Amino acid sequence: MSLNLQSSDFELFGLPERFAQDRAAIDARWKELQREAHPDRFAAQGQAAQRVAMQWSARINEAYQRLKDPQKRAAYLCELRGAPINAENNTAMPAAFLVEQMEWREALDEARSQDAVDALDAQLGRARKETLARIGRLLDEENDAPAAAQQVRALMFIERFGEDVQARLEQLGQ
Amino acid sequence: MALLQISEPGQSPDPHQRRVAVGIDLGTTHSLVAAVRNGVAECLPDGQGKVILPSVVRYLENGGRQIGHDAQLAQADDPENTIASVKRFMGRGLADIANREKMPYRFIDKPGMVTLQTRAGEKSPVEISAEILATLRYRAEDTFNDDLYGAVITVPAYFDDAQRQATKDAAKLAGINVLRLINEPTAAAIAYGLDNASEGIYAVYDLGGGTFDISILRLTKGVFEVIATGGDSALGGDDYDRALADWLLHTTALETPGAGAKAAIKMQARAIKEQLSTAASVKARIDLGRTSAEVTVKRSDFEAVTVDLTARTMTAVRKALRDAKLSRDEIKGVVMVGGSTRMPQIQRAVAEFFGHEPLTNLNPDEVVALGAAIQANQLAGNDTAGDLLLLDVIPLSLGIETMGGLVERIVPRNETIPTAKAQDFTTYKDGQTALALHVVQGERDLVQDCRSLARFELRGIPPMAAGAARIRVTFTVDADGLLSVNAKEQASGVEARIDVKPSYGLSDDQIAKMLQDSFVTAEQDMKARALAEAKVDADRMLLATQSALDADGQLLDAEERAHVDALMMSLRAIADNSVDAAAIEAATEALAKGTENFAAQRMNHSIQKALAGKNVEAI
Repeated sequence: MSLNLQSSDFELFGLPERFAQDRAAIDARWKELQREAHPDRFAAQGQAAQRVAMQWSARINEAYQRLKDPQKRAAYLCELRGAPINAENNTAMPAAFLVEQMEWREALDEARSQDAVDALDAQLGRARKETLARIGRLLDEENDAPAAAQQVRALMFIERFGEDVQARLEQLGQ
Repeated sequence: MALLQISEPGQSPDPHQRRVAVGIDLGTTHSLVAAVRNGVAECLPDGQGKVILPSVVRYLENGGRQIGHDAQLAQADDPENTIASVKRFMGRGLADIANREKMPYRFIDKPGMVTLQTRAGEKSPVEISAEILATLRYRAEDTFNDDLYGAVITVPAYFDDAQRQATKDAAKLAGINVLRLINEPTAAAIAYGLDNASEGIYAVYDLGGGTFDISILRLTKGVFEVIATGGDSALGGDDYDRALADWLLHTTALETPGAGAKAAIKMQARAIKEQLSTAASVKARIDLGRTSAEVTVKRSDFEAVTVDLTARTMTAVRKALRDAKLSRDEIKGVVMVGGSTRMPQIQRAVAEFFGHEPLTNLNPDEVVALGAAIQANQLAGNDTAGDLLLLDVIPLSLGIETMGGLVERIVPRNETIPTAKAQDFTTYKDGQTALALHVVQGERDLVQDCRSLARFELRGIPPMAAGAARIRVTFTVDADGLLSVNAKEQASGVEARIDVKPSYGLSDDQIAKMLQDSFVTAEQDMKARALAEAKVDADRMLLATQSALDADGQLLDAEERAHVDALMMSLRAIADNSVDAAAIEAATEALAKGTENFAAQRMNHSIQKALAGKNVEAI
């Protein structure tokens, strides 16, 4: 297999093209690859080598950012399989999901104590986990990228709400 | 001028001679230079045996200058011409400099970076810093009796692009080949981690003279991975001195009418602060020339007037932990760096927050320079067995101004460098043929709250309907943490590119002129220096190419190999015989260009090798 800067993240990291991944293996792989390509390795070898090393090193970092984050990894797989996320043009979500979102927002608005926000945070954590499990099934077992893309968009809603919950937790002091 | 070396019979120098590579800690209050000797990093002393060089530059009547201890002693007598803590002005405009009315200097407001009026004329912070760097360079060259190959220079992790660029320019001006800019806390972690063979997650709390950094790192088998960094590039021991000076003036009812008294009160405050690190109370006579007073300062007085400063550092620590998504009990150890961490209230605040005593077994003044020296030694190729790898991050987000003065973030903070990120933009008017790009750095949503780094224009876009053009803006941050920006209209291929030299950054021409003004005067010297430098660069390129060929020559086919050989032969001939620096530079550049493909192939090869490595459990 010949690698170049256009190889996919999975090819670059020598990983099977699927959602389920071992985070520790991704981390270890990242460091192995940077050991080979980082510009520091070529510091005494002139400008041209520095330039090329920087391109590779930046490409490896880009792949790492996408692979290690389950949401980005899922979005990338959907795109590779012809179902790009297109979040900005594709905001239609199932009614039940939207109702749940509204309930969460209300709960956050009404939460007055650290405990109340913590409880919401825990609920959000469960929803995140379930959605990721669904995405994994859709991508790795059912090979249904469009359905997985829909779930990735749902996950993006959840993450955005998660940021608001975190901001609230920070406000309540820690 | 270095003496010629004569080796003993039978001990001719190794052809792969060690290169003199040093680490330089260019600090707010003092600077150090260190190198690896006999496998151990150590700080290099000056002729009097002192390793610390006060970061103070004094311009004298006769056109000369004093740098270091002598200059420091003259601060109260000649305040306007004796510049201390110049690091606080690097890459800063006048409005950015807090407390400037309490400083004895004559600032001149210049677009971008402030300058200082001295008896030697107007001096930019870059030039003043270059004096300090040149002093350390000469110290290293005297120590090793050889030319300096290159240096790793440290910067606060929280330095923005303008401050980093200014530091690199200062090194260039001092005639130093910068192997890498690295972050001070990361350098400290290297010195610390390698010394202790540590593994796990560590925090580095670095309170220097003028800057505060907090970095969270993961250490595994020689890899130093920065997970998050934060801090305040205008908070340090200087501020503790100033708070104590204000208290002293208030308590004694003394006044500081002139520049000399302003410098004097600050120096006396610093001396009292340092004594209070070990004594519970200090009795002192405050002497401002015409007036003086007796005063007793209790440690609790000092702590009371600086409690807000200490609290500011702890706020930054909490933020860095949040960014790293770690809780404080996941931190295995906290390394203390910077002379200001000797203050008991700092050690107490850190110990209370993390629940264990901080690590202080390395000298907090030296640890940054030592770590930089270890990295320099490896980058120069002296330590072929070294397996040190630094994966550092960008401290502040980078973005571009969009409609309505809003910032569109392109590279988020704490992203591992080097990095390249692209984002597509479009035109907002029909027939629009140009696009103005404004590059900013910072975490706020409004452009006016961020630091402006550069403005440039993309012209010649073919007229299209509004929203039809696809302009891809790519931000590239290199391993020094420095930014370049490229904009390209996808359909027409029209392109514009800028190396983000902040608007006030020095151009190469300006640097050449300054070099001429300050270090060598005669035209002849200038030419000789350019020629010597061109020859060194040519040698460096030839050596690099030869070692690449030795390692991976089989990647080239016969024709490619012949081409590279011819370029090398031509460069060698020109470098040996020509006295024309430009001709040598052109031949060096030709070899660099001619081996670019080879360099790319080598990189592919080594990545493939890494992939084929033993550790492929995932497949």
